[in-house]
Amino acid sequence: MFLKGVKDGLPIGIGYFAVSFSFGIAGSKFMSWFLVTFISMTNLTSAGQFAGLNIMVDAAGTFLEMAIATFFINLRYSLMAITLSQKVSSDFTTPYRLLLATGITDEIFAVSMAQQNRVTPRYFFGLMVLPYIGWSLGTLTGAVSGEILPSWITNALGVALYGMFVAIVVPPCKKHLSTLIVVVVAIALSLAFKYVPVLQGVSYGFSIIICAVVASLFGAMFFSVKESDDEP
Amino acid sequence: MNLREYFAFLMVMAGVTFLLRAVPFVLLKGKLSNPFVKSFLAYIPCTVLAAMTVPAIFYSTDSMLSGVLALVTAVVASLFRFGLVGVALVACCTVLFIDGLWPMFF
Repeated sequence: MFLKGVKDGLPIGIGYFAVSFSFGIAGSKFMSWFLVTFISMTNLTSAGQFAGLNIMVDAAGTFLEMAIATFFINLRYSLMAITLSQKVSSDFTTPYRLLLATGITDEIFAVSMAQQNRVTPRYFFGLMVLPYIGWSLGTLTGAVSGEILPSWITNALGVALYGMFVAIVVPPCKKHLSTLIVVVVAIALSLAFKYVPVLQGVSYGFSIIICAVVASLFGAMFFSVKESDDEP
Repeated sequence: MNLREYFAFLMVMAGVTFLLRAVPFVLLKGKLSNPFVKSFLAYIPCTVLAAMTVPAIFYSTDSMLSGVLALVTAVVASLFRFGLVGVALVACCTVLFIDGLWPMFF
């Protein structure tokens, strides 16, 4: 069961390597390779880490802001954890759950839920091994590259993470008009926080929280996601 | 930011993230059925990523032109389903061309 998990985790691990490589590049602008890599090793989240990094290096960033931003951005993991707790085997006891909870990410969750049988601790552990290694090693490689590569290359690599964000957001927008509208609302708010003078005083973390929460509330109010759709 | 602040921020970030995953995993039984809450949480990833990308991508490179064009090419590449890494490469090449090669010749 463990080996089946490792095998199923391989494609996730490769994908994570690429994404976290860009995170490493982004982080290398602000801190040493060790500190950037340690963020990835302790968090294992994409959007949450990136927002966290920006709050950390923002002179106006506060701990409260960090806590609230992380809470909202990563709240979806709670939903996944609830759903996954229905799917795990009876020997998935509390100590295992505490040890392996870090493995609840969008992709690992999706693969676990696609299993025919109940998810055992061995399988879940096997499944999260390569993604965890890929995520940490990718960050390390990116951060070191960011320190040694010439600036004209790191300048270009700096948009890689944003490129991946675009690649995640655009396909569901193409599929569902409702998602497109909700995303446009989020972008409009984000632009307002950047360019409208009275709103410019709002710090980075809070502006992301407000944009995401307001746009998602708007979406939940007017375009309820149907049961069959796993993603909007 | 000094090292002490780094670790304090890291503990807040990692702590909140861990609790969000572990607490419901250990304690909660039963399925979440409220469609409003489900819809809200389903929209969160896209809205967070969109708000983090625009307008930040405009200021992420040496010139605003390359940032804006990187967004445009990334959106086009996504519409053609280039995949995560493919779209990122298209965006990087756009910046490489605008900030790196263009000034060499013009």
